[in-house]
Amino acid sequence: MSTMHFHLRLWKQESNGSKGQFIDIDAKEIPSECSFLEMLDIVNNRLTTEGKEPIAFESDCREGICGTCSMVINGVPQGPGRGAACQVYMRKFENGQTITIEPYRVEAFPIVKDLVVNRSAYDRIIRSGGFISEHTGGAPDAAATLIPKPVADAAMDAAACIGCGACAAACPNSSPMLFVGAKVTHLGLLPQGQAERKSRARNMVRTMQEEGFGNCSNYYACEAVCPANVPATVIARLNRDYISGEVSQAVGAID
Amino acid sequence: MILDAKIPDGPIEKKWTSFKNNAKLISPANKRKFKVIVVGTGLAGSSASATLAELGYQVETFCFHDSPRRAHSIAAQGGINAAKNYQNDGDSVWRLFYDTIKGGDFRAREANVYRLAEVSGTIIDECVSQGVPFAREYGGELANRSFGGAQVSRTFYAKGQTGQQLLLGAYSALSAQIGLGRVKMHEYSEMLDLVLVDGHAKGIVTRDLITGEITTHAADTVLLCTGGYSNVYYLSTNARGSNVTATWRAYKRGAAFANPCYTQIHPTCIPVAGDYQSKLTLMSESLRNDGRVWVPKAKGDNRAPKDIPEEERDYYLERKYPSYGNLAPRDIASRSAKEACDEGRGVGPGGLGVYLDFADAIKRLGEKTIRERYGNLFEMYENITGESAYERPMRIYPALHYTMGGLWVDYNLMSTIPGLHVLGEANFSDHGANRLGASALMQGLADGYFVIPNTLGEYLSTQFGKKVSTDMPEFKNTEQEVRDRVEKLLSVKGRVPADEFHRLLGLIMWDQCGMARSKESLEKAISEIRALRERFWKEIAIPGTGTELNQSLERAGRVADFLEFGELLCLDALTREESCGGHFRVEHQTPEGEALRHDDKFAEVFAWMFQGEGNTPELVREPLHYEAVHLATRSYK
Repeated sequence: MSTMHFHLRLWKQESNGSKGQFIDIDAKEIPSECSFLEMLDIVNNRLTTEGKEPIAFESDCREGICGTCSMVINGVPQGPGRGAACQVYMRKFENGQTITIEPYRVEAFPIVKDLVVNRSAYDRIIRSGGFISEHTGGAPDAAATLIPKPVADAAMDAAACIGCGACAAACPNSSPMLFVGAKVTHLGLLPQGQAERKSRARNMVRTMQEEGFGNCSNYYACEAVCPANVPATVIARLNRDYISGEVSQAVGAID
Repeated sequence: MILDAKIPDGPIEKKWTSFKNNAKLISPANKRKFKVIVVGTGLAGSSASATLAELGYQVETFCFHDSPRRAHSIAAQGGINAAKNYQNDGDSVWRLFYDTIKGGDFRAREANVYRLAEVSGTIIDECVSQGVPFAREYGGELANRSFGGAQVSRTFYAKGQTGQQLLLGAYSALSAQIGLGRVKMHEYSEMLDLVLVDGHAKGIVTRDLITGEITTHAADTVLLCTGGYSNVYYLSTNARGSNVTATWRAYKRGAAFANPCYTQIHPTCIPVAGDYQSKLTLMSESLRNDGRVWVPKAKGDNRAPKDIPEEERDYYLERKYPSYGNLAPRDIASRSAKEACDEGRGVGPGGLGVYLDFADAIKRLGEKTIRERYGNLFEMYENITGESAYERPMRIYPALHYTMGGLWVDYNLMSTIPGLHVLGEANFSDHGANRLGASALMQGLADGYFVIPNTLGEYLSTQFGKKVSTDMPEFKNTEQEVRDRVEKLLSVKGRVPADEFHRLLGLIMWDQCGMARSKESLEKAISEIRALRERFWKEIAIPGTGTELNQSLERAGRVADFLEFGELLCLDALTREESCGGHFRVEHQTPEGEALRHDDKFAEVFAWMFQGEGNTPELVREPLHYEAVHLATRSYK
């Protein structure tokens, strides 16, 4: 197996309050077959062996589905190619290349340490309406509701969102509307989701604004980086349901 | 000690109904007074938290991730079984029950498995009602597919992302309850110990992974929903963070650990490529529908696969198991791959791989059809290996995937520590010695949505007026022990990273206690683990401090527990002098090399009780009584 060398420019920041800076690390003798995160593991284990502190970064499933990865590689959230940062492989880089690795730069995702950011704002958006209110045990038979295949497929395409935050990180306005739109579309397409469709969109957008995120201004950078291929059309649906929610409330049609 | 499984009386199909009719209820006014701690937010933890909060209990939920949605249930691909019989193909609760018992090689508890099959249908109702986008037919009906170990189509699925969609369903139900203030959610909180008051589980000690703060939390009961321990093998299909710490800490406080040697090794994973590798990736079992498994007939045949003529290939699964062929069950397919590689006929780097060949299927169906069926998997394979499976066969090899063993629980899902309940993969009860595909998701959700809400009252009804608080000495003492352990780790100041110890442990486990185990190999493993553990406490490197985000410290703590747990797993494997399901002892096999059970001696659960550091744990046996089914030998010839 051949090995490769890289020059890393890594973001180092002690904590949220402290000042961060890029540090330079040479990543030598990296097996060409390893993944981007495995390259970072090697670098970190070498630092540890030398008694130095490793670079903090998050990952978990390492197969692109859990959404824990949150880094920006050479300016691209979740790195080059489709899929999350854990799906990036070193053979896609040139030997000797300089690679810049930094955390998401989004005000609503405060930096915790090095490449780790706090994305709990996304959870709070979901908690404000990203669900169907129902209780365990009260469900009718699953076969009672027929859902045409194209509708179910479109709902699934939106539901595939992994909640990684790359959409907000890629957006010049730090807008998470691909994330919010994905949930509003997933539930809004299904018959079960109709009862709360308008209030859901309204509540989620309001929370999104309270959290300090921006609005969509049609750059589509989110769609370009989304590891789960969520289409930007979900944002159009979000806008429609949101306006409808605000108007319905203004005229007293919903609470 | 005698293990009382508290199985209700009566015929098997009446047990759950009769239990529910007679179960202790907690009134709505009293539910508000009881606090429940839930650890873990996978399918079991999220569903239990949401459901118990809906019922009115005060719930506090903990996870070590940044968000409850990250739990590893999210990565399950295939599907979820349910005895709905929507296909009119003869399915029933009885058949799902029987398939699961048989698939588990007759080492699971009948009553629990029957209940699982019984509630399976309502899980699907619940998930559809939450908006889980299951696959549909053009007419709008739910679609089903078939999975290993069954002759009916009872598996519901959402593309290859069923676990993701089910977890997001449970996460949304949990999120709704958090939003309403009925669940208090603690993210980035890792449970490091269990607190006992008068022998009852009444709280936990956690470390905040961001600040390093160590705190205690009190409740009336504790639910562990912390998943399995595949990562004791280092390389597995589990997430990097999956660990045994919560259940191991509970074991050391008195919870019996049952059948730790029952591990599932999945036959179709991308092979290990080098030392740097951090995890293994599963290639869905569904590929074996169209792929043919083979190795060269000759040892050390290094030719490219396309240069090996048909007559020099050994399609060993088709040869050995003509009736099941490439769709032989997981344990058998895994062992056969190992055999071929042991004979020196493996392919790829290190000779640890076999071919999964789609050439015939592409010839028969066309590349377009194969692309439609498996395109995303082929893409994933190419991304990782740099090879196109359209042009040359995939290389696959077995890898650790799931663990059937776990903390012992009774019918109420309560462990041997009163008040400590264990749900999902973390408990031992439903899959025996081998789990069937699409049954893990079913069990996690059954436990959380439908079992624990009904069984929790049995314990809580005995706990009126027994409130505890974190001011009690029991909490202070356990907290101090956790602080001491963290300090001890930090004070070693060695130069070897936790990953290195973990990797070495994994090699011992895989080589000596993997797909084939023997008395000799297991004894060797135990002595090697002990030596490695000793080295760990002299050489572990943990830069930084305990009062900040310190991932080296987190990993070291988990590896320290794996280094203890691995020994128990090997001891269990050594003591179980038979082969069953995923546990294959080379001394116990039929003349054809198949697993040989000894029902006269081992139709029982092995539950291990901690007896203090350095002492051999006590083995307590729970006999398995088969009243509804007859013990039989599995055959896939």
